Amino acid sequence: MPERDAAEARLIEAPALQALIDALTARGYAVRGPRRRGDAIVFDEVARLEDMPRDCTTTQSPGRYRLADAPGAGYFGFSPGADSFKRWLHPPQQTEFRFRREGAAFVPIESAPAGVPRQAFLGIRACEIAAIGVLDRVFLEGPYPDPGYQHHRDGSFLVAVNCASPGRSCFCTSTGTGPRVERGFDLALTELHDSRHRFVVEVGSDRGAELVAQLPGRPAPAAAIAAARAVSARCAAAMPERFDRERVARRLRETPEHPRWAAIAERCLGCANCTTVCPTCFCTTMVDRTDLAGTTATRERHWDSCFTLGFSHLHGGSVRASTAARYRQWITHKLSAWLDQFGMLGCVGCGRCVTWCPAGIDLAAEAAAIGDEPGAPSGSDAHAP
Amino acid sequence: MSAAPEATWVPRRYRVDAVRPELNDTVSLELAPAAGEAPAFEPGQFNMLYAFGIGEAAISLSGDPADRARLVHTVRAVGPVSRALAGLAVGASVGVRGPFGAGWPMSAARGRDLVLIAGGLGLAPLRPALLRVLADRAHYGRVAVLAGMRTPREVLFRAPLATWQGRTDLEVEVTVDRGDADWSGHVGVVTHLIPQLELDPRKATAFVCGPEVMMRHTAERLLTVGLEPTQLFVSMERNMKCAIGLCGHCQFGSAFVCKDGPVLRFDRIARALAVREL
Repeated sequence: MPERDAAEARLIEAPALQALIDALTARGYAVRGPRRRGDAIVFDEVARLEDMPRDCTTTQSPGRYRLADAPGAGYFGFSPGADSFKRWLHPPQQTEFRFRREGAAFVPIESAPAGVPRQAFLGIRACEIAAIGVLDRVFLEGPYPDPGYQHHRDGSFLVAVNCASPGRSCFCTSTGTGPRVERGFDLALTELHDSRHRFVVEVGSDRGAELVAQLPGRPAPAAAIAAARAVSARCAAAMPERFDRERVARRLRETPEHPRWAAIAERCLGCANCTTVCPTCFCTTMVDRTDLAGTTATRERHWDSCFTLGFSHLHGGSVRASTAARYRQWITHKLSAWLDQFGMLGCVGCGRCVTWCPAGIDLAAEAAAIGDEPGAPSGSDAHAP
Repeated sequence: MSAAPEATWVPRRYRVDAVRPELNDTVSLELAPAAGEAPAFEPGQFNMLYAFGIGEAAISLSGDPADRARLVHTVRAVGPVSRALAGLAVGASVGVRGPFGAGWPMSAARGRDLVLIAGGLGLAPLRPALLRVLADRAHYGRVAVLAGMRTPREVLFRAPLATWQGRTDLEVEVTVDRGDADWSGHVGVVTHLIPQLELDPRKATAFVCGPEVMMRHTAERLLTVGLEPTQLFVSMERNMKCAIGLCGHCQFGSAFVCKDGPVLRFDRIARALAVREL
């Protein structure tokens, strides 16, 4: 997407967010955005501005997430929770086909293609825009595009929001994916709390320009644009780089027998929370069933995790039998192998795996340790990690 | 960009035309398409075979690549899907997606000496390579087949091996780990047969398929006799659910075995092969 003119940016009053939701709805989009459910922020359907959380914040750190009221924090004063856009683009369960038995043979059961409304994602962050870019690369740009992902992704409208302050688990400055949204969006909001509660709306696409023109507001003055940039700059400054991504990628490639794996395995429960909340984890398995009579068979595709033993199962057992090997696979894939496979990192620095790890393992800290410590020599006499 | 779900995920239906018992737990299935021709395939490629209601498994093509009337797959009953496939009767339906993956580099090996080294069922994906060579025999130098099996009762493709042994333009050696009273052939692991070949390492290309430990030792021995690592190819196996690079299961270092492999050039994976549990 080409860089667009900053002069297209608009300034809208906070209540105009409702007009934004309405305009999206009027164009046939089902709007998904942040909602407060119990003591967490989830990502779900939003029809009215009141559906969105208001004046709350989260504190996040390794293994810890707390939502709290925060008067004056506005609509986006929190960091996203475990939930994300991912389940709307890459559903946790999809049916791939059904067959009916006829004698010794079987025939397909035709079903009408599921109608998914066009989706608009409201309030997704720079890391999440980056994650959608990662999934686009994985699912759509290889030799076999995934029809399921394409079906959900087609026509989706992305309204990003620039983060004002990072959670303690966040590290998008280390992965080069934030905190400011720079490309891959239709509209990008920056929430301003100066004299009044307003939003600068930057335009990233033609349809974004068309939509924002319908909202009450005015061209953003230079001062408002500067204020928006300052929000991102302050956020970035509050999030110093945790690791050198090129060095970590190289280390992971060159030293698979790093002693750090054994130390992490002492703590890692192998629970797969990290892969479940990760916005770029795309792995799936197939689940086959029949009805009780054995006359119809269904094949479903479910999210899977490289932390399960079955993931690497071959006749004779699992290739990655130890927790250390499974953690190595996950972090090596995210921070190194992904570059070889897809020309980009598989980690966007959102910090979900850090916050939602019940053992509080901090991926950024582990990456930093891998990057700085000398690895054990690797060779033909390699030992289990 | 458009991708029809049926093309990506829904298997084409084939009919089991013949079931050839190979070993106690191993059969070869001849599959005919419900309509039209079978797709062309390259030696070393595989299909995802679907057993109704049970699931899919990645199975190498083991038949003649010149035969477009049928697909041949040699299946050992080891898990739920392969047991169901190996138990199919003539007339049953099988789902097929494929062919997938990178096969043996047949054209790169043209004009060179070629040695095919198999361990057990690893002979199955090498068979189409040999059949392709035999159809084009004049364009290859020396051609040797070394096959290691566990016992004389577990010698796969016994009849074709005997036929190949009778040809003057092939060198075929079979060895077993443990012999019996009736076995008069080689006893010992297949790597022991390599020095006796007296390969000209400058002219030889090797295709190796078998259990991973066998391929590691075979590669080591081939390098010891001077083979270039760039002339050595192995066929890897990993858990696979999709075969098209979308499910993530078959990763081996940076490679997706399903689309970058299953046949991989040894020098590109030598380091990864040396790492346990990768």
